[in-house]
Amino acid sequence: MRYLPHTQEDIDQMLAKTGHASLDDLFETIPDALKTKGPLNIPEALSEWDLDAYMEALASANIACKNYKCFIGAGSYDHFIPSIVPYLISRSEFATAYTPYQPEVSQGTLQGIYEFQTMITELLGMDIATASHYDCGTALAECALIALRKNKNANKIAVSSLVHPSHRQIIKTYITPSGYEMVEIPRTSAGLTDTAALEAMDGIAGVAIQSPNFLGNIEDLGAVKAIAEAKNILFITSFTESLAYGLLKNPGSCGADLVAGEGQSLGIAKTFGGPGLGLLAGTKKLMRTLPGRLIGRTKDANGDDGYVLTLATREQHIKRGKASSNICSNNGLNAMIAAMYLATVGKIGIREIAQQNHDNAVYLKEVLGKAGFESVFDAPFFNEFVVKAPEGFSQKRADLIRSHCIFAGIDLEPYYPELKDHYLFCATEKVSKNDMDQLAKEVQ
Amino acid sequence: MNKQPGTKGLIFNEPQLWEKSREGRCAVSIPKTQVKRTLLDPSLTGDAPELPQLYELDVVRHYTRLSQWNFGVDSGMYPLGSCTMKYNPKTNEVQAARQGFASAHPLAGEEFSQGALKLMYDLEQALGEITGFPAVTLQPAAGAHGELAGILMFHAYHEKKGKQRSKIIIPDTAHGTNPASASLCGYASVSVKSGEKGILEPEAVAAIMDEDTAGIMITNPNTLGLFEENIKEICEIVHAKGGLVYGDGANMNAIMGIVKPGDLGIDVLHLNLHKTFSTPHGGGGPGCGTVSVVKELIPFLPVPRIEKNRTGKQLDTYKFVTDCPDTIGRMHTFYGHFGVMVRAWAYILSMGPKGLKDASTLAVLNANYIKESLKGTLNLPYDRPCMHECVFNDKFQQEHHITTMDMAKRLLDYGFHPPTVYFPLVVDAAFMVEPTETESKENIDQFIDAVKAIAAEARENPELLKKAPLLTKVTRLDEVAAARKPCLRG
Repeated sequence: MRYLPHTQEDIDQMLAKTGHASLDDLFETIPDALKTKGPLNIPEALSEWDLDAYMEALASANIACKNYKCFIGAGSYDHFIPSIVPYLISRSEFATAYTPYQPEVSQGTLQGIYEFQTMITELLGMDIATASHYDCGTALAECALIALRKNKNANKIAVSSLVHPSHRQIIKTYITPSGYEMVEIPRTSAGLTDTAALEAMDGIAGVAIQSPNFLGNIEDLGAVKAIAEAKNILFITSFTESLAYGLLKNPGSCGADLVAGEGQSLGIAKTFGGPGLGLLAGTKKLMRTLPGRLIGRTKDANGDDGYVLTLATREQHIKRGKASSNICSNNGLNAMIAAMYLATVGKIGIREIAQQNHDNAVYLKEVLGKAGFESVFDAPFFNEFVVKAPEGFSQKRADLIRSHCIFAGIDLEPYYPELKDHYLFCATEKVSKNDMDQLAKEVQ
Repeated sequence: MNKQPGTKGLIFNEPQLWEKSREGRCAVSIPKTQVKRTLLDPSLTGDAPELPQLYELDVVRHYTRLSQWNFGVDSGMYPLGSCTMKYNPKTNEVQAARQGFASAHPLAGEEFSQGALKLMYDLEQALGEITGFPAVTLQPAAGAHGELAGILMFHAYHEKKGKQRSKIIIPDTAHGTNPASASLCGYASVSVKSGEKGILEPEAVAAIMDEDTAGIMITNPNTLGLFEENIKEICEIVHAKGGLVYGDGANMNAIMGIVKPGDLGIDVLHLNLHKTFSTPHGGGGPGCGTVSVVKELIPFLPVPRIEKNRTGKQLDTYKFVTDCPDTIGRMHTFYGHFGVMVRAWAYILSMGPKGLKDASTLAVLNANYIKESLKGTLNLPYDRPCMHECVFNDKFQQEHHITTMDMAKRLLDYGFHPPTVYFPLVVDAAFMVEPTETESKENIDQFIDAVKAIAAEARENPELLKKAPLLTKVTRLDEVAAARKPCLRG
């Protein structure tokens, strides 16, 4: 096996040193009755070329062929990835390092993630961003826990019913065993969170709103902030499309206390939903309640600038059962990808790319309208919107995937049963006018 | 002594990104927009985020230089205990980057995602076989996330039985994530001391196990690198009181093909695919913390689950199943870290049954060889046959006022990543070495020589060790100042 270096001579010499008669003897402390009899029942080893063929066959069984047209988002977005990003992230000094516990030989990871934290605070208008979380859903669940622990006389968290359905499920998974409860804020017929319903809620420790919401609509975060302030509860915002904040007013300027976001749009391949990138940011006031790693700037013994993991007293390896979270490994390499992406597109690029997403989505909605799809909500949107499809679309949609590799919208009925025949469409900067015209023609 | 790998060499200073920024630069070519520009209402938009403005070579040089300040497995031996820093095969990266995997949208629909579903199903089956359990979930995103899934299942199980319990037993050798995961489910941790031999004694567990205790969390082999020889008896004690046994499989690299944790009486076991199954750690993740369970706990597994439809003569098909009334719920927005699963599956297929068993055997051989070779040089608190790692400390060096930390820092100058230090907590100033199977005898001999040379320096020139590292880009950093006046953004 090409990964295993030991020659028979090596083994003999090493066994002589350890005092074992055979390799089997190395396991003398394991009672015989507990040992596995016979070989593992897994496939025999493949050569590299056989592995290539096997994996390509599996990959090809997914319809993600080279020229497929993706008009779906819902938490995973098809954006252009500049070639320098995958090229640079394959530097094995980044990929094959552990968590930077030895800062003297980890300054690359440390400065890179420090810069990531900085750019995320800039993107979101927040004081502090952590070194990453698993995904938006798990980051949002951690934010809910922060709010619940902070407001000890309330055991409920109010979550908009327009927060990504999976994220709401994750929150429930995370908070239920501690005796906390999630209450959903209904939506209005305009496709927005019903703030009047929120106002009427009692006994809540915090409120979580996603904007743009799952239906693509931009929420009035300022209005939610006013209610949160009046109730003296934490205001949590989330988002699944980070490029929206190349254009939209950031959550910090809308008064968010905590922000959970998905960073997959920042140069990370969709990869069947993971690994993506959980973004988690907060105000300075909440610094010591934040989960996971933080990188800070400091000096070395010679007075030179350097970076270290810091505020570790919040974390499990120090605080154990009293830690702010159990998180250890995060999604560090994807945070580095996001940093590379943000450095590449820069201030000019992120604005223009965000604007093009919006332009394309407006155009797509328009041509779909001409093709017989009904506009459902009037609220402003970023790059996703809902339309009601004409009869027979469901079959046409499946045929379009098979015949043209075009993914035309996501059926909303499984998520919101009242939205039968409603589809969530997405247009990013990657779709061309031709692609959209073709789609409109095919679905007519 | 052979020449050591550490040496001086030219590296580059590199400022923070924004110091290189110049108004008007951009490192991405943006296509001309083909459709009408439509502006959002100005009340909804803000200023463009103040990101750095760079051109392409700026970005390339920045990250190339940063990478050169890092130490990875590809740079040198990385014997970080309990972290299993083995070689990360490059073919795994090629497999994960295939268009059909990398571009797959998670909501494309089952019919159009059969390749991904089959891969996940087959990986679940293989991990079930390797660990000895009938069912596996791949959804947890990291080891600690897997622990949380496992303890959530404990919670759901006791809830279903009609009586919730309030405590969990955790040995003093456990990772910090264990008590932290237990707390997230509302369980108080009850510590149990390991015995004189460095392993758990059944009597100690029996003395505290009661019907208000949900179960026990055991790492086996434990973090001293020792196999928990009484595991079967301990599981029986816990089961007799209606409790469950959680297995922390972080150290599975010692026992693939040797022991199946499912045969020991363990009920739930997480694996770290980024340790045992060779996927890169990425400087902190992303990982994948799969969880194996016994039959009784299958109903509680997170959703969605994957099922295979046997269709007779036609090809098998695969589907997601969410209709599981007793499930703990969802742990991840989609299905977990699929990209990591592809890499791990590529590894398992490359190794085969014999390869995996050989890997564990040689990992244990390497660790025992280091233990025997260094036990006169460093103090070995538990001198027993070890599994994949061995734990020393600085007792012999204390008379020269040299600590584990000083030796760890000096190892950097010799070109080695230091072992895990000051963990496990049961050993004072621990120095925990896990060489893994992918280091050759020559590499290991060189490491042994380096440690011996450092022990000599501790006697003859302790000041040198206090100043170490001397060859790295920066020297020891002021962590106290970093925490006292946190500067977390530029």
